[in-house]
Amino acid sequence: MPAVPHIGQAKIVRETGPEPESRPRLRRDRLTWGRPRRPPVIVWLPALVISLGMLVPLVYLVIRAMDARTGLWPILFRVRTAEVMANTIFLAGSVAVGSASLAVPLAWLTTRTDLPGRRAWSVVVVLPLVIPSYVGAMTVVAALGPRGMLQGALEPLGVQRLPELYGFFGAWLTLTLFTYPYVYLGTRAALRGIDPAIEEAARSLGIGPWQTFFTCLLPQLRPAVVAGALLAALYAVSDFGVVTLLRFDVFTRVIYVQYRSSFDRSQAAAMALLLVLLALVVLVAESRARGRAAYYRIGGGASRHPRLVRLGRWRWLAGAYCLVVLGLALALPVGVLTYWLLHGVSGGEGLGGLGAATLHSIGISIVAAAAAVLAAMPVAWLAVRYAGRMARMLERLTYLGYALPGIVVALAFVFLGANYLTPLYQTLPLLVLAYVVRFLPQAVGSARAALLQVSPRLEEASRNLGRSTFGTAARITVPLSWPGIGAGAALVFLTVMKELPLTLLLRPTEWETLATTVWNASGGGAYGKAAAPALLLIVVAAVPTLLLDARWSPPRGEG
Amino acid sequence: MIAPAVERPIERSQIAVPAALRCTGVSKRFGQVPVVNNLNLNAQRGELVALLGPSGCGKTTSLRLIAGFEDLDAGVIEVGGQVVASPRWSLPPERRRVGMVFQDYALFPHLTVGRNVAFGLPRGGERKHRIEEALDLVGLRGLANRMPYELSGGQQQRVALARALAPSPEIVLLDEPFSNLDSALRSRVRAEVRQILRDAEATAILVTHDQEEALSLSDRIAVMARGTVVQQASPEELYHRPVSQEVAAFVGDAQFLPGEGSGRRVATVLGDLPGTHAADGPVFVMLRPESVRLVPEQEGEGANGTVLIREFYGHDQLVHVRLDDGTMLRARLGTYSGIRPGDRVLAAVRGAVLTFPRHGEGR
Repeated sequence: MPAVPHIGQAKIVRETGPEPESRPRLRRDRLTWGRPRRPPVIVWLPALVISLGMLVPLVYLVIRAMDARTGLWPILFRVRTAEVMANTIFLAGSVAVGSASLAVPLAWLTTRTDLPGRRAWSVVVVLPLVIPSYVGAMTVVAALGPRGMLQGALEPLGVQRLPELYGFFGAWLTLTLFTYPYVYLGTRAALRGIDPAIEEAARSLGIGPWQTFFTCLLPQLRPAVVAGALLAALYAVSDFGVVTLLRFDVFTRVIYVQYRSSFDRSQAAAMALLLVLLALVVLVAESRARGRAAYYRIGGGASRHPRLVRLGRWRWLAGAYCLVVLGLALALPVGVLTYWLLHGVSGGEGLGGLGAATLHSIGISIVAAAAAVLAAMPVAWLAVRYAGRMARMLERLTYLGYALPGIVVALAFVFLGANYLTPLYQTLPLLVLAYVVRFLPQAVGSARAALLQVSPRLEEASRNLGRSTFGTAARITVPLSWPGIGAGAALVFLTVMKELPLTLLLRPTEWETLATTVWNASGGGAYGKAAAPALLLIVVAAVPTLLLDARWSPPRGEG
Repeated sequence: MIAPAVERPIERSQIAVPAALRCTGVSKRFGQVPVVNNLNLNAQRGELVALLGPSGCGKTTSLRLIAGFEDLDAGVIEVGGQVVASPRWSLPPERRRVGMVFQDYALFPHLTVGRNVAFGLPRGGERKHRIEEALDLVGLRGLANRMPYELSGGQQQRVALARALAPSPEIVLLDEPFSNLDSALRSRVRAEVRQILRDAEATAILVTHDQEEALSLSDRIAVMARGTVVQQASPEELYHRPVSQEVAAFVGDAQFLPGEGSGRRVATVLGDLPGTHAADGPVFVMLRPESVRLVPEQEGEGANGTVLIREFYGHDQLVHVRLDDGTMLRARLGTYSGIRPGDRVLAAVRGAVLTFPRHGEGR
């Protein structure tokens, strides 16, 4: 044992300890693995494999695009390509602006004013999220399109033509109506996080309520609004169902049409790469904006409830505004579907085959959700507990998955399945694999959030009390993070249930889900057949959405 | 194992019983930044040692090195005579027999109080008995079925202590254990914790930045600065004979007067003072405010000045005086002396003074 200076009556400990004999070594004894910053192989290896797996579809698309008979460049530098690119960007921008303009007043009205039924509204305005966008598009066409319900109602009044719905206007309207909840949720959270004392300070300095809103509140909200609007834009860029039904030529629709019609699928691959590039730009902008939004919310939430703004005579106008938005985004689709259902049933439309489709939908969604969460765990664990360069890189890699629109993943897996994984082509395992690639970012995100909830102090306390790394994971980390991980699984379940392009392109022949049943019926204009599965989809998807919203919004009474 | 209680632990350091804790030359860098730098620290069985230092001086990192949550870059840590960490070898935390009470307690929120306490105990018949024993020790008998969130801050604190003590660790580490309690509760809980540790005959290291806490609770104090222990001594020793101006200023209120030493005498503005040890040449004289005496202005040993400010604390008061040559002086007095701002006084020093060499013109 090395000699230590004796410490007795005020004996001074001088800096005479043994000199460090060597520089710290990187090689470690086996006993030390599991220590912070040095992830065990059973964590980092699966994380590495899974994250790199995310790149496979993309790499394959690149190879495939290079294969084009004409070469890649002629495809990229055509007028047509520029046109599609311009359409896509214009649509995304318009949706971003539109959804923000709808959502910000709603968020303010439902958090800061004495709007009648404020608390009920704040739940209801989120509900359009449960309506799959292609179902929404279908009902919008049926209600507002040529020979639609609205025109039918107006015809006796002498109205011969409604404004053209197909093309940009319809796509924009539909996407805006079904994406504004993303902006709403972010803005509402930001509004709740803002310290009311700031507004009170402004008022005490002699500034009126309206000016306070514009000079104090809005600047603080801006990052959250921008982040939400960019999320809506990302949705618009990636969405396949709405633009296909409303016949607006953006990348997703063009890719699908090329895939269906042409033999040279390299063109589709090249377009898909451009789409990914565009989505990536939006994604990066969104994540920057979100970072800024988090920075603005540094106070850690409001400690008190802000005093509500009295709307006075304006309250009825505000109520009417909420009614119109909800009427279009929620009452219209649900109403149209219900009408068709009743009409169809009374007209002798059978509900046959619906049972099988429902079982297929639920079954595949459960399997996909479980697989995605399992795959996400190593990546999330690495990111949260062994934060380092590699963890960060792998997590970003999975995050990039948000920039892979469903149609792109679908196309890549069709190529892969047809050329290399032939025995798996059009089988359920390949479909599940594609779902995992598509929804891994979501699963990683929620698993990460859940693990972050567990303080590392608790794990250290467990180690300190004699538990091994695994014992600690089993008895502390997993039980504590389970609710969050479960919520993440439910989220994936919900999204898989509504998912269309992957299911459409990769399912076994004749194997229908609720989503594909709706799509097939709407494609043929047989809306009556689409009503029952679409309503079922909404009901089955609405339940977990409500649960998730209740769990994720801060548990704070709003009285 | 728990060692028998010792009356004067310091005297036992000669005996061949291995120290409960011995850190020798321990260093730890985060990247290029040295956080703990050649740390030497020891604790005898049954002793409570406070690790005192300003925030950011490496206290908590030292504790985490001892517990095994960080790996050291240099040095050796021994617990109960067994090497638990060196640059090449490191026992994982779960095998070190080191208990820890975390700053935020880190009670497992999904387990009852009883299961929290049982967490570190081996399965078997003894277990139930040991839980009761540990809860008895901290005065929480009968609360085993409560959940942590149902307890007050002080109770949670005691559960954390019971949980750490239940497996009879060689040594218990307490990381700023009282910082989460409000000041009214703090002094009571401090005394309780001290008593619990005594009853358990536990060896403990307590990290704190609160000098009053360190002085009143511990058998010995290790003062940390810039990642190393600059002095380890009993509270009295530390207060009256700090090894440096830095330690003197950190532990208690200290003021420094320039002086000129010659042998055991020091010439200062307050007169010719006796020194505790011989010193020659320019020195600083350490004056605790309570060693300054103030009397109404008169002829005598000392220096005359004017009272500027009086801070009244109830049990005593702090009086700021400007001496006629401009020197500022603080004196701690009983509250019955009728001194008022503006009064003329004579300041003098009680007892022998401690000196530090003065290099050039510091301070």
